[in-house]
Amino acid sequence: MRRLLSRIGFYIVALWASVTINFLLPRLMPGDPAQAFLAGMQGKSVTPQLLASLRAQFGVTNAPLWQQYFAYLNQLLHGDLGVSNTNYPETVSQILATSIPWTVGLLGVSVIIAFVIGTLLGILVAWRRGSWLDSLLPPVMTFISAIPYLWMALALVYFLGFILHMFPIGGGFDDMLDIDWTSMDFISSVVTHAILPAFTIVLGSISGWILVMRNSMVTTLSEDYVLMAQAKGLPTRRVVLSYAARNAILPSITSFSISLGAIVGGALLTELVFNYPGIGYALITAIGHQDYSLIEGCFLVIAVTVLAANLIADVVYTLLDPRVRQERS
Amino acid sequence: MQVSSETLQPQNFPTTFLRGGRNIFKWLTSNRKMAIGSGILAFFVLVAIFGPLLTHVSPDATSNDIFLPPSLSHWLGTTKSGEDVFSQLVYGARVSLLVGFLSALGSIILQVAMGLTAGYFGGWIDNILSFIINVFLVLPGIPLGLVIASFAPLKGSVVITLLLIFTSWSYGSRVLRAQTLSMRNREFVEAARSSGETTVRIIFAEILPNEIALVASSFIGTFVYTIAADVVFEFLGLGDVTKTNWGVMLYWAQAGQALLAGGWWWFIPPGLCVALVCAGLTLLNSGIDEVANPRLRTEPKTEKLARKKQAEIEKAPQTQEEVVA
Repeated sequence: MRRLLSRIGFYIVALWASVTINFLLPRLMPGDPAQAFLAGMQGKSVTPQLLASLRAQFGVTNAPLWQQYFAYLNQLLHGDLGVSNTNYPETVSQILATSIPWTVGLLGVSVIIAFVIGTLLGILVAWRRGSWLDSLLPPVMTFISAIPYLWMALALVYFLGFILHMFPIGGGFDDMLDIDWTSMDFISSVVTHAILPAFTIVLGSISGWILVMRNSMVTTLSEDYVLMAQAKGLPTRRVVLSYAARNAILPSITSFSISLGAIVGGALLTELVFNYPGIGYALITAIGHQDYSLIEGCFLVIAVTVLAANLIADVVYTLLDPRVRQERS
Repeated sequence: MQVSSETLQPQNFPTTFLRGGRNIFKWLTSNRKMAIGSGILAFFVLVAIFGPLLTHVSPDATSNDIFLPPSLSHWLGTTKSGEDVFSQLVYGARVSLLVGFLSALGSIILQVAMGLTAGYFGGWIDNILSFIINVFLVLPGIPLGLVIASFAPLKGSVVITLLLIFTSWSYGSRVLRAQTLSMRNREFVEAARSSGETTVRIIFAEILPNEIALVASSFIGTFVYTIAADVVFEFLGLGDVTKTNWGVMLYWAQAGQALLAGGWWWFIPPGLCVALVCAGLTLLNSGIDEVANPRLRTEPKTEKLARKKQAEIEKAPQTQEEVVA
């Protein structure tokens, strides 16, 4: 419990750090959002009054940095992330609210699928160590894990979408349909549009889980208690799953936090290639349009989500590892 | 014990590594993964250095051969502005590998400095440095890099190199810190300390050489990240899109809608090269890992030998009994 509390404390400070980075970055760089917005208007007469009112709108003031900082924190706590330049007068929170569900749905499902299948394959490969599967799978997986997500997405769209017409080549749903979560047509179009991007993320991240689980399983399988379980005549399934895999899974959970950042980064690009209406697409188009408040908002949401997922991984680890759980005694 | 006689043990690593060129070759080919990995890498390095001699077309030269599929005159076809894709690929290898290498080099220096300092000093220095390392470890690197790049007033390879260093150092630092922590109280460090060596010398001349295998593997791991992340930044147009490299090629392919026009020859080759280089580096790394950690090896030979031994042991009592009888 004490470990968990200290981890929660760490994540709170990490959250504060990312909020502060988010606050400082645009203010340390030359220019401000109001000027960027005016640059987009190109040549129309700009009165000082207009500039002043835009600055007020985008929250640019000449107040000292620390005052701005507290005003910024105050706004954040009220869920106010500012106004988007490109989708003016829509607020950043509104845009994020429409894109978050898409990303969470796509990324959440693909990460879970990849973790479960990858871990099971890792167990299988380690158990059948030295078999054809063990000599084939790790090198193939090494190669697949080396493929950049964005190129894998491009290649999949090209071969399965463009040439073979098996899947739609972009978007989150069929444009012809209205967004209606009760109609079967709409839901099935969402599913068919999600298959290819989800496949990209699963393929890109699965190899990590396989290799980590294999290596950890190989170590666990050489332990005496596994030999003992076999000697007792326990069924193979029980020896593999409850004796070896149960203990070997801990490194996989630890590596979850480290891999998650990379997977999220890859998922952003996957969304871009597939024109998937999620956070990644919003972030990258915002970068293209220099829509600073939207960029900040997207980064904040991504950072918070990654931190939350890390916290969940920590909780799971604490539940799975009795040594950590009973540390208090 | 069969293992130790035929392959290298971890403690032999640094000395073998530092001996002459022939030994390096011998060492690299002692493990199949390492041999394949270093072969792929050597191929791309040679292409990057001597490749431009193979092509007579400048990568930026436009021509009237617009968007042609691969042929004998253009081995990998042409782009929509008539540039030769093969020539771009070969020249692009230089920039991509160089940016990746320099970033990985910068990153490993930072990793060694942070990891060894935190691990050696311990106490409050370790607390502060570990905290910074852990924060960078959980913050998602690529989104952070994208945000910084979008705010940066300058664009180009230098900014990207700095960003790659900035987003890649944390994991290696943590690994090196843990290793240093376990080493700081060993006898040889104590001996160096009591003989009055300076702290800098203890860290870099006593501890560092003993972690060289870990540093090498961390460097390769970082190299994989920097090459792949460089492609991402360039693909999004955050670098200098007029300087050809593999990521910029993908940027122009995307901008020219190569995919929807069916121009596979434009975007498949650069991505494939990135995948091959990264796969080669990863193989090299897991090869080193296998040499350093014999448990991970799959060795049918030793298993067979063990089984043979087992059979001999089982046979032995029988013969004894026969003798007795």
